[in-house]
Amino acid sequence: MSAAPIASLKAVEVDYPRGPALGPFDLALAAGEIVALVGPSGCGKSTALRLLAGLEQPTRGRVERASGRGETSVVFQAPTLMPWATAQANVALPLTLTGARSREARERASEALARVGLDGVDAAKPAQLSGGMAMRVSLARALVTQPRLLLLDEPFSALDEITRRALAEDVHRLWAQTRPAIVFVTHNVEEAVYMASRIVVMTPGPGRSAGETVIEAGLPRPEGFRTTPAFRETAEQVSAQLQSAMAAP
Amino acid sequence: MTRLVNFLAPLLLIMLLLGAWELACHALAIPSYRLPPPSQIAVATVQNLPLLLSAAWNTLAMALTALVFASLIACGLALVVALNPLLERAVQPLATTLQVTPIVAIAPLVVIWAGLDHPQRAVVTLALVVAFFPIFSGAVTGLKAADPDLERLFDLYGAGRAQKLVRLRLPSAVPFLLEGHKVAAGLALVGAVVAEFVAGTGGAQGLAWRILEAEHRLETAKMFGALLVLALMGVALYAALQTAERVILRRWRGR
Repeated sequence: MSAAPIASLKAVEVDYPRGPALGPFDLALAAGEIVALVGPSGCGKSTALRLLAGLEQPTRGRVERASGRGETSVVFQAPTLMPWATAQANVALPLTLTGARSREARERASEALARVGLDGVDAAKPAQLSGGMAMRVSLARALVTQPRLLLLDEPFSALDEITRRALAEDVHRLWAQTRPAIVFVTHNVEEAVYMASRIVVMTPGPGRSAGETVIEAGLPRPEGFRTTPAFRETAEQVSAQLQSAMAAP
Repeated sequence: MTRLVNFLAPLLLIMLLLGAWELACHALAIPSYRLPPPSQIAVATVQNLPLLLSAAWNTLAMALTALVFASLIACGLALVVALNPLLERAVQPLATTLQVTPIVAIAPLVVIWAGLDHPQRAVVTLALVVAFFPIFSGAVTGLKAADPDLERLFDLYGAGRAQKLVRLRLPSAVPFLLEGHKVAAGLALVGAVVAEFVAGTGGAQGLAWRILEAEHRLETAKMFGALLVLALMGVALYAALQTAERVILRRWRGR
């Protein structure tokens, strides 16, 4: 881990017309770390993510981030694919939008699809894919630019348990290849403990940090990690943090 | 088996109704200028078929011409409006007013403007007016129907307005455009017929004119024949567009 953060939120606050949504909230991301933001619905987790992506501006406070095209990627809750375009064209989108030549973009898209375990679906359209496959296409699209910062907004919440676990392992495997920093929004504590090297628990909106937990186990996780005492203890610790955050006025 | 029954059920109902109609006409001795029995209508339709078909073709050609122009104007205007919210607010009330004003009420004006000497122009114009709205509103809705998260993604990768329009908003609008054209085609046919009635001269020799002509001569069976051809043409047009929509949508989303 290098010392300088690759992205940070500094005392950011976001107000929406219906009221304050986030903050003041601080977060500094070291290169290559995986941070999970855990909190109740409406606590501003997704807002924090959009700030990091540069898709939204804070009302107060400062956002520092890599601003080059393709240096930051986002995976949304839904696969968010273009229904009229093939899997390959969907994955190639970030490249073609940033001016890559179409042949090169296609080749790199096919490689990215293969990396997420989707060989031979290049020509398929989203409606022909299962939910898990569509999510993998979405992941491939996020990775195709080899981002330094990958933002995942509850990416597995619509999937069944088996697919979620498989995808969590895939994310770790892919992370190990290029080691982007990952910020991962979830309201599932166990998923957060499995995925992240650091967990930030947030209070109900406007979300503030209610505590952090660092998870020492290496990434990708050793086999059977979910059944270890360390996993259980951390999960309970984070759950307790979350509960006291919810109970606080 | 159930498919066969589903197919036969409406046919059976039609046969029953026609049978009852035929019997009632004979039993109650209804004069045929009032209500001809189906058998007479069939004979009149067959006898006048070449005339009715050429009239149907005239009406259809005017409706389709109107549809093409309506499509071009509505899509063009929708594009301009979708790119400029202020313009949309300016245009929307006018478009709505045009839509809710009954076409029959506008028809006499258009007949005067388009020239009493060119009833065909009036017919095409009126069909265009009714066909315009569903295409326009479909296109405007469609151009704004892009997934907001996809829009964010385009923003994230620094896409410009033109890129967003061509690569996101236009393709997102396709299902709405298809639906709009399907509805508009049916309306164009209605508009063409209404306009022919109002124009009320032999200048535009469409089906409505044949109906008027038969009415004046009390050839009620022939009126029914023209109605029959008109209804069948409407059904055929709808079926054709429905099929086109299905085929294009299947290609669009891959299944």
